Amino acid sequence: MTTTPLEKTSVLPLGKSGLSHTAVFWIGFCVVLAILIAAPLFLSEFWRRFLTEVLIWGLLAMSSDLLIGYTGMVSFGHSAFFGLGMYGAAGALLIVSPPNLWLAMLFGLAGAAGAALFVAYFSTRLRDIYFAITTLIFSQIFYVIIFTWTAVTGGENGLIFDRPHLTIPFLYNARFTSTTMHWFVLAVVTASYLILRRITQSPFGMVLQSIRENEFRTRAIGYPVQRYKIVAVMLSGLFAGLAGVLYAIQNEFAAPDFVFFLTSGDTVIYNIMGGVGTLVGPIVGAGFFQLLRQLLAEAFGDQFPYLIPLGIIFIVMIIFLPQGLLGFARRWLNK
Amino acid sequence: MGAIGQFFHAIPLDLIIIQTVNGLVTGMILALIASGLTLIFGIMDVVNFAHGELFMLGAYIGFVLFAATGSFWLALVGSSLVVAILGAALQIATLRPLIGRDPLNTILVTFGISLILQNYALWQFGSTVRRVPQPVSQQFTLFYLQYPWYRILIAFLSAAIIGAFWAFLKYGKFGIWIRATAQDRVMAQAMGIPVPWVYTGVFAIGAAMAAASGVLFAPLVGVSHTMGLDWVLQAFIVVVVGGMGNLGGSIVAAIFISLLEAYASIWLDPSQAVILSFVVLILTLLFRPTGLFASATR
Repeated sequence: MTTTPLEKTSVLPLGKSGLSHTAVFWIGFCVVLAILIAAPLFLSEFWRRFLTEVLIWGLLAMSSDLLIGYTGMVSFGHSAFFGLGMYGAAGALLIVSPPNLWLAMLFGLAGAAGAALFVAYFSTRLRDIYFAITTLIFSQIFYVIIFTWTAVTGGENGLIFDRPHLTIPFLYNARFTSTTMHWFVLAVVTASYLILRRITQSPFGMVLQSIRENEFRTRAIGYPVQRYKIVAVMLSGLFAGLAGVLYAIQNEFAAPDFVFFLTSGDTVIYNIMGGVGTLVGPIVGAGFFQLLRQLLAEAFGDQFPYLIPLGIIFIVMIIFLPQGLLGFARRWLNK
Repeated sequence: MGAIGQFFHAIPLDLIIIQTVNGLVTGMILALIASGLTLIFGIMDVVNFAHGELFMLGAYIGFVLFAATGSFWLALVGSSLVVAILGAALQIATLRPLIGRDPLNTILVTFGISLILQNYALWQFGSTVRRVPQPVSQQFTLFYLQYPWYRILIAFLSAAIIGAFWAFLKYGKFGIWIRATAQDRVMAQAMGIPVPWVYTGVFAIGAAMAAASGVLFAPLVGVSHTMGLDWVLQAFIVVVVGGMGNLGGSIVAAIFISLLEAYASIWLDPSQAVILSFVVLILTLLFRPTGLFASATR
């Protein structure tokens, strides 16, 4: 990436240093990655699991950012993709013996893709708030089906299964420990981030951003907007499903609660708190949210309604800080 | 053919009639909730996610007032007033700063409000279901059932509230202000109508209608902190199917969907009958994305 005049007008002091933007970005990326790789070696068991879950929620939020931040569509239906990923993985782990990690991922992704195709086909006919409401209602369809189809999904109790071994064909085969689980999740999330970043910077991603900026003009130029939106929803759904698979493997269960639309609401909250249109922002938002929640629970006890202060922070942020925590770095991160 | 004939013979007529009455009653409650929702959307461009929570809070406040005063009707009026004031306060604090911004922000803010209210109710009242006795305990015989008059009364009261509201919109001074603002915000402002206060008033009225339906509905199933969630989704479906911002459409859609679910639950589990309303929604979105009764006035 060569330095263009546009990049020199960067609002961040980082851009004024001697190093090129690309170098600074990748150095920063490697530092953060190194910290996250080393983290489980220093953290207690509880905080190790906590960090792993933050990464999983971050992946879910990041997938939703492709729609919220880059295409300008707020999805309230990501719980469906997440949940189908979860139940898909559960299905693979329960049916196939011995349980296979990669097969679980494949099943989870297939489940999420199916849900995403269904949701995308119908909901992309609508825009803005209508899109938000229809994705919400569609995710509730999946919730009702999963909740009532007890014979297959276990209904209210969900499904419980054993964690598969961490296998890399011909190379490695061992039980997951909480540390290897963390590294595995980190690897998947990092790869997803790089892929999503590549997607948003590709010509395809540029079209998505132009849909966000001005949908009618994009259509007038001649882009088949609805087809682009369907692909965007499906891509987003796939990554959300991946997060669901990871969550299922991490916690060894699949439960209908996670398909309920409050999960989608949390996803949107992570996005807004961290900053939409940054991809890493949602991960930061998920960390911020979960950390505050944990600290509140430790300070005031488990029964404390942590969502009241967090909800107030959320509302205040929408009104006074709509770009979110990382909003200031948005242009820099997307270069 | 024989099998189909047998199928229709197997439908018991009495069950159909009972379910028609049931469907109409729930339809009227749903219409009352949805008309507040569609009013707030039609005039303010705000999708009020917290509407179910205002409904739930109305039921709780009604429960508290009933326990304090012993009069159901006093609880109904008092709860509507309290929730109206709460709604006005919420609108001033959270939605007014967002006027002129992307309407999507309002979904997010009201979603935040709904989380706060729901968790407040859970914290304050716990997860036990609170019972409110029916104010009218007489029953009449409907085939083999003792059907409570109160359910019929709910339907009529809901219709009366919606009717009074419609007349208010049509003839009241503030109602005319509301319609003027809905038609052209800038022009209304130029004519001296205090548009921000019209918004506050509209939100308060919508909140009061949600609270009233909450109190009316409370004796049927009891009050719990999750009752808002169940209803707000139904109300959203109704509002989308009826055409967003269209009052008449919402009422028709509410009754239609409630009847459909009532008939379906003759054969299906009620939790599965919900899927039928989803199907109605999908078909509506496929063939008439702006709603079955999309109004020309907007």
